[in-house]
Amino acid sequence: MKKDILSSIENIEIYPIISLLIFVVFFVVMFIWVIRVDKKYVDHMKDMPFNDELENTSGYEKK
Amino acid sequence: MSVTTLEQFKYDNKIVKYFGVATMAWGLVGMLVGLIAAIQLFLPEANLGNPYTTYGRIRPLHTNAVIFAFVGNAIFAGIYYSMPRLLKAPMWSKALSWINFWGWQTIILLAAITLPLGFTSSKEYAELEWPIDILIAIVWVAFGANMIGTMIKRREKHMYVAIWFYLASFITVAVLHIFNSLALPVSFFKSYSAYAGVQDALVQWWYGHNAVAFFLTTPFLGLMYYYLPKAANRPVYSYKLSIIHFWSLIFLYIWAGPHHLLYTALPEWAQILGVVFSVMLIAPSWGGMVNGLLTLRGAWDKVRVDPVLKFMVVAVTAYGMSTFEGPMLSLKSVNAIAHYTDWIVAHVHIGALGWNGFFTFAMLYWLWPKMWKTNLYSTKLATTHFWMGTIGIIFYALPMYVAALTQSLMWKEFSEAGRLAYPNFLETVIQIVPMYILRSLGGFLYLAGAILMVYNMIKTAKQGAFMAEEADEAPALKPHVDQPGEFWHRAWERKPVFFTVMATVAILIGGAVEIIPTILVKSNVPTIASVEPYTPLELQGRDLYISHGCVGCHSQMIRPFRSETERYGEYSKAGEFVYDRPFLWGSKRTGPDLHRVGGKYPDSWHYHHMVDPRSMSPGSLMPPYPWMVNNMMDHNDLPAKIRTLQKLGVPYPEGYDQQAKTDLMVQAEQIVANLKSSGVEAMPESEIVALIAYLQRLGTDIKKTTASNP
Repeated sequence: MKKDILSSIENIEIYPIISLLIFVVFFVVMFIWVIRVDKKYVDHMKDMPFNDELENTSGYEKK
Repeated sequence: MSVTTLEQFKYDNKIVKYFGVATMAWGLVGMLVGLIAAIQLFLPEANLGNPYTTYGRIRPLHTNAVIFAFVGNAIFAGIYYSMPRLLKAPMWSKALSWINFWGWQTIILLAAITLPLGFTSSKEYAELEWPIDILIAIVWVAFGANMIGTMIKRREKHMYVAIWFYLASFITVAVLHIFNSLALPVSFFKSYSAYAGVQDALVQWWYGHNAVAFFLTTPFLGLMYYYLPKAANRPVYSYKLSIIHFWSLIFLYIWAGPHHLLYTALPEWAQILGVVFSVMLIAPSWGGMVNGLLTLRGAWDKVRVDPVLKFMVVAVTAYGMSTFEGPMLSLKSVNAIAHYTDWIVAHVHIGALGWNGFFTFAMLYWLWPKMWKTNLYSTKLATTHFWMGTIGIIFYALPMYVAALTQSLMWKEFSEAGRLAYPNFLETVIQIVPMYILRSLGGFLYLAGAILMVYNMIKTAKQGAFMAEEADEAPALKPHVDQPGEFWHRAWERKPVFFTVMATVAILIGGAVEIIPTILVKSNVPTIASVEPYTPLELQGRDLYISHGCVGCHSQMIRPFRSETERYGEYSKAGEFVYDRPFLWGSKRTGPDLHRVGGKYPDSWHYHHMVDPRSMSPGSLMPPYPWMVNNMMDHNDLPAKIRTLQKLGVPYPEGYDQQAKTDLMVQAEQIVANLKSSGVEAMPESEIVALIAYLQRLGTDIKKTTASNP
């Protein structure tokens, strides 16, 4: 019965393989980017939740 | 040198207040309904003797109230506060904000009315009927349009990671909701799923799993990335980690749905896909948890005194626990034990009570003093709430784990003679009743803690002065000048619409790979020749079964284990469900599986069992359904139902809609005659007759010797 279902789709095994490949390629590219990203950009992004405190722009204890 | 002019603008706190109040109000309702449902599991009389407050109907009311009313309003409150501040712009449209608020409350109210009345699609977490589904889509789009509009009008060049989570949640929930709700209406309150059997199951759990992912997880991760740094007063531990974990999470989550259907009649490749991606999911999930907890590095002294941080620490820890448990549960060997038991109930409650509940409490405790420009009325009360909640979660979860393992092992135990050690299902239920009682105690503690919070919030608001609008200023966003060496991701998240498209692509890839092959399966062509459409009376009985929420306690999916085939009969085949719209495989066995119940007992047994389950099964925890004897059906909806099913491809003969009622009466008279021979008088129009017809049909198709010779 299971074979009946599978036989109605051609090359079913390719679906999981394609999906895995897409993810791996995407992940590797993203990972390389994140490793090389500018530190100034990261610090700017990190600070964003605190930007609404006008009087206290560096509210948290910095190292 | 030009002087940058600062633009003045105001943040709207009123909408946050309204969503916050709605969160608390619906939260109490949802938890209370959950407590009543928990009590009914050991005291069936707590159903108050009417169909509207019986377990099968209030269980979906509880899940919908907690997920969409409590957590949903919390998401909106959290986003409407944090998003404008992160983008340095008020929400794009106040009108859309209020359409979002009142529309959402209307949906909740409609759910609270229609679910107890039995108007349900029976698909878990998508029970609401089609007119409400359309309303949900409209309100959700209003919410999304408001977010995207705000992003376009922003004064901050870059979008903080929280915003990405909000956006991805909006898009994915929209896609999931539309695809899973596809149905053909019969009337204003009844529709049949566009999918049947295996297809319906796959689409439903693709939805169900991702509702957990993109309604209960990603919006809260977004909230975590804003409120946790705010409360701890230090930036997030690693922004790089947040980028990696965001993309991995939304990419992987969407594939994992089939782990809800292991060992079922779902094709093997889909099951394996579900397992592999579920196991991989642990990495990005824990990336988020670790990032949250490490944000508190050097601030743990504050956790000792600040109830907001206490709640957050337990919330993030609970997130870590349930995202470790999830992949583990999707391993086939673990799933074989855990599926259909209270383990799953414990698992989701670690997530709901711990992660969603506690994070919502933390957020509200933080927001209220901010918006009322005061201090929290009582830190002591909040700490008491924290401990009541924490002990409540433990009292809830631990008994459920014990109950699950006890019952599952009893189901699977064989005696030396090679027979089931506990052939009577009821034995395994009675064994875990004490655990059910303890669980309700845990739920009660949790609810009591939440009541303390509401009191604390009212007092906090009374001692402060609400600031409906908060002023801020920022320079206008300058048109971007390309800088050499800029990477693609930075460019992406500067362009919100493009970013939205990319996130959509990420989730659609997973969705497509999972759904397209299933649609290619020729599922509407019966693969088992002897499987036939339901007769009109059986169809009416099936709709009663759906309307009473029987699927909440009874599965219709026998897995290919010896312990199950011994107990219930031949395991379930995919081809048997081709006329099931919707599928009714179920996800929890509080009562036995019913897939092969057809022909197992005489009609009179079912009659007596429905009127008073304990007369047939002493000690049974099933609620009685005496009203089914007295409630009459006029079957006027039958022709429309037949026509709708014909449109969906069910091979009833041409013009059968006119013939159906005659056939129905013939079958009803036969059941009445059967009952009479056992000394039971029943009306052929009564609900019980239709239900018996359906139950006696279940799983009998493959028992026919040949297709043409029944």
